[in-house]
Amino acid sequence: MLELAIGIILGCCALGAGMAMIAGIGPGIGEGNAVAKACEAIGRQPESKGAVTTTMLMGCAIAETTGLYALVIAILLIFVAPGRLVNILMNFIG
Amino acid sequence: MNTKSRRFKAVDILLIAMMVLPILCGIVLKVLTTPQSEDIAITGARIFFTVPMPLQDLLITESQINSWLVMVSILGLCLYITHGIAVKAHTKRQYLAEWVVEKTEAMVKENMGEYFAGYGAFITTILALSAFSSLLTLFGLYAPTSDINVVAGWAILVFALITYYKMKCGPLHYMKSFGDPVPFLAPLNIISEVATPISMAFRHYGNVLSGSVISVLVATALQGASAKLFSWMPGFLADIPFLQIGIPAVLSIYFDIFSGCLQAYIFAMLTMLYIASGFPLDEYAKRKEERAKRKAAKSAV
Repeated sequence: MLELAIGIILGCCALGAGMAMIAGIGPGIGEGNAVAKACEAIGRQPESKGAVTTTMLMGCAIAETTGLYALVIAILLIFVAPGRLVNILMNFIG
Repeated sequence: MNTKSRRFKAVDILLIAMMVLPILCGIVLKVLTTPQSEDIAITGARIFFTVPMPLQDLLITESQINSWLVMVSILGLCLYITHGIAVKAHTKRQYLAEWVVEKTEAMVKENMGEYFAGYGAFITTILALSAFSSLLTLFGLYAPTSDINVVAGWAILVFALITYYKMKCGPLHYMKSFGDPVPFLAPLNIISEVATPISMAFRHYGNVLSGSVISVLVATALQGASAKLFSWMPGFLADIPFLQIGIPAVLSIYFDIFSGCLQAYIFAMLTMLYIASGFPLDEYAKRKEERAKRKAAKSAV
């Protein structure tokens, strides 16, 4: 029975981590749009390449934030949550 | 002249040792304390010892030790490139030092305005500390920036600075800024205020940590693949992970060098933008003018 409980905990943590990373879609689309527009801008005005590139990198970094939140959640779920939950279970059983 | 130049060279060698020795110390410490294991090694910072404290035990971890090593190393670098500095630049290192100072001061002036002209040193410190901490992974050491506690410390420092500059026109004006544009949005404004340091810390730490996790995963996968593919080879050749040669280095160029330096740049850039945008420049100038007028009136009486 205990094995089953621990198995459910580990499996659900892994599933949750995988589901959390679905959030990676958002920054992917957003950064793709940003880079596409930056390419257009450079194509129109090649002399402003430097300024456009730095602004684009800044924007990409900020757009990446939501994806990184998901990543932090996933890392917590894989490396931190199972141990804690198993500890709670053990305390509960006594 | 001869004795002077000899002393100059001796100091130079000492400073170069100050740059290199911390890194060597870190590597020796890592080799001595890391336990041998064949598994995938995705671990947090190793805890060396704990100092008992009244509220909570203070943990001295790898990230603290490594960030102190980086600090000593950067101090050595700064002393080295400014050693023997002259009014007219004649050495390569002085050109380098002047280039760094000019570039960062121009960047600060462009992004923060004239009022914050003295911020060049602070921004350069953040840039150097962050970039060199991330580049520490090139030596196989634990990067302090992949520990959230280190980056959160920097983010809290930046948050304190932002709040200080927002308070420049008095606490009342600061409170009033939360009711902007309509008073019932105040809770949302408070949340977005608190989210600033959290998102800064998570952005930096998440990027560096995800890079190292992906590198370790790819390296382990390549080891497994080459063990399967080349197991038919005779003798010791079967034990050499051929696929691990070269391929992880390409990832390292992106994750360790490009991403590390980019995150340092972004952290410094966001620091500048947040501090400059938090400072109510017009209001401050108006109040200063009023104060000067009042003072003039008083002295006239």
